[in-house]
Amino acid sequence: MNRRFSLITLLIILSLLAGGLAACAQATPVATEAPAAAEPAVKDLILATTTSTQDSGLLDVLVPMFQDQTGYVVKMVAVGTGEALKMGEEGNADVLLVHAPSSEKELMDKGFGAERLLVMHNDFIIVGPADDPAAIKGTATAAEALKKISDAQAAFISRGDDSGTHKAELKLWDKAGVAPQGEWYQESGQGMGATLTIASEKKAYTLTDRATYLANKDTLQLEIMVEGEAALLNVYHVITVNPEKWPKVNAEGATAFAQFLVAPETQAVIAEFGKDKFGQPLFFPDAGKTDADLGLK
Amino acid sequence: MNLIWEGIQRAFLLLFSGDPEVWEITLLSLKVSGLATAISLVLGLPFGTWLALGRLPGQRFMLSLVNTGMALPPVVVGLWVSIFLWRSGPLGDLRLIYTPAAIVVAQTIIAAPVVTGLTVAALQQLDPRLQWQLLGLGASRWQMTWALWREARLPLLAALMAGFGSVISEVGASMMVGGNIRHQTRVLTTAVVLETGKGEFARAIALGLLLLLLAYLVNLALTWIQQRGAKK
Repeated sequence: MNRRFSLITLLIILSLLAGGLAACAQATPVATEAPAAAEPAVKDLILATTTSTQDSGLLDVLVPMFQDQTGYVVKMVAVGTGEALKMGEEGNADVLLVHAPSSEKELMDKGFGAERLLVMHNDFIIVGPADDPAAIKGTATAAEALKKISDAQAAFISRGDDSGTHKAELKLWDKAGVAPQGEWYQESGQGMGATLTIASEKKAYTLTDRATYLANKDTLQLEIMVEGEAALLNVYHVITVNPEKWPKVNAEGATAFAQFLVAPETQAVIAEFGKDKFGQPLFFPDAGKTDADLGLK
Repeated sequence: MNLIWEGIQRAFLLLFSGDPEVWEITLLSLKVSGLATAISLVLGLPFGTWLALGRLPGQRFMLSLVNTGMALPPVVVGLWVSIFLWRSGPLGDLRLIYTPAAIVVAQTIIAAPVVTGLTVAALQQLDPRLQWQLLGLGASRWQMTWALWREARLPLLAALMAGFGSVISEVGASMMVGGNIRHQTRVLTTAVVLETGKGEFARAIALGLLLLLLAYLVNLALTWIQQRGAKK
């Protein structure tokens, strides 16, 4: 009996080992079909992006398209914009798709980015519970609305994670002339989807990008309070990490991905994305435009 | 309430519709955590035995370290493994970050102290005279160790189960070193986080149920072996 016992144990261990080794050999994706184009020299491409692009599902459409067209294997890591920019600065990512223009400019000024292209935008909105305790519905500007929220000490959930949305929110508080603190101002430290759920549960206001709000709308008890102001634009840029600073980055792949995002074909896909599900597009393609065209300074 | 009911209904639909992505994620979880547990066993069993039987100074101190390691938070392991495996890190040239291999490394670091610590506990609760008796009967050191392992097989299997349980359920390390990349490093726990963030609660519930089912099946198999061993 004892011999059989150890034999079985051994078999289990061996099969676990074999299975695991097979898993490691499959570091390349299982689902992508044979690439159409010639194989690139370095296939792995690390894309650091924001949770909002992942949670909306846009990159689940774009990344497979890019992989089929070029043969690159994209490792998409969805983190806050702060971490994504840091990954670019440390050479831990090849290409970034982010939405914090002022921090992006800093990165470019320090020379860590090689190229920065405008890809698309959507907009931020302030959402809150239907009974609107701070009476901000229809307020003309976001800054004014935030001032009212702080005056009323109405609950507000901040991302608090140094993401693009968080940076945009802090800028708006600054504009409102309020230093948000107190029991009514709470930081979730989580992604947009999770933060919306928290705001809904706590009957609180929050700043969100429109795409994530629409994608989660059915499960939330939150309504749009303030929208449609230039200060609320949420602009996405693609940045390739400078190979002169970090020779190990896959510069060719990064450039290929950046060019793919601004190609007319891809831009058309971005313009259509979300229309079938939400009745309105989630993102607006902006390739070739400048910040001034969008009404930013 | 509606959400729970709808979620569970849709969860079962997803489970039995054979959604290829759901199965891909499940299989990867099983492979990665299974391999990490197996490596932990290969490392932890000999090391734990040495700690339990040896009479060298400093072993008690080492044991206290191992026991502390049993409480290692997965996110802390994830952070350190990331720092080492990132391109800017000392092991960056291995290009392991955001691969299943990186998750195996992190999970091994989580599970190895658990297996080691429980191995020590399993062997130390044996009657110490057993060792001397075996040696006295002319057993070689290797034969004695083998006999002790066999004697302690029930708690040793429990150590294996605890090791597997600690890694199949962790999310922090897998998220950080694996990156939750679709078709590459997405495992059940990270997929649950993602689907919850997307507001796809039904999918999140389905994946959560699968995770439980998987843990149950593995432990059922191990318990079955364990109890067969117990009867005779």
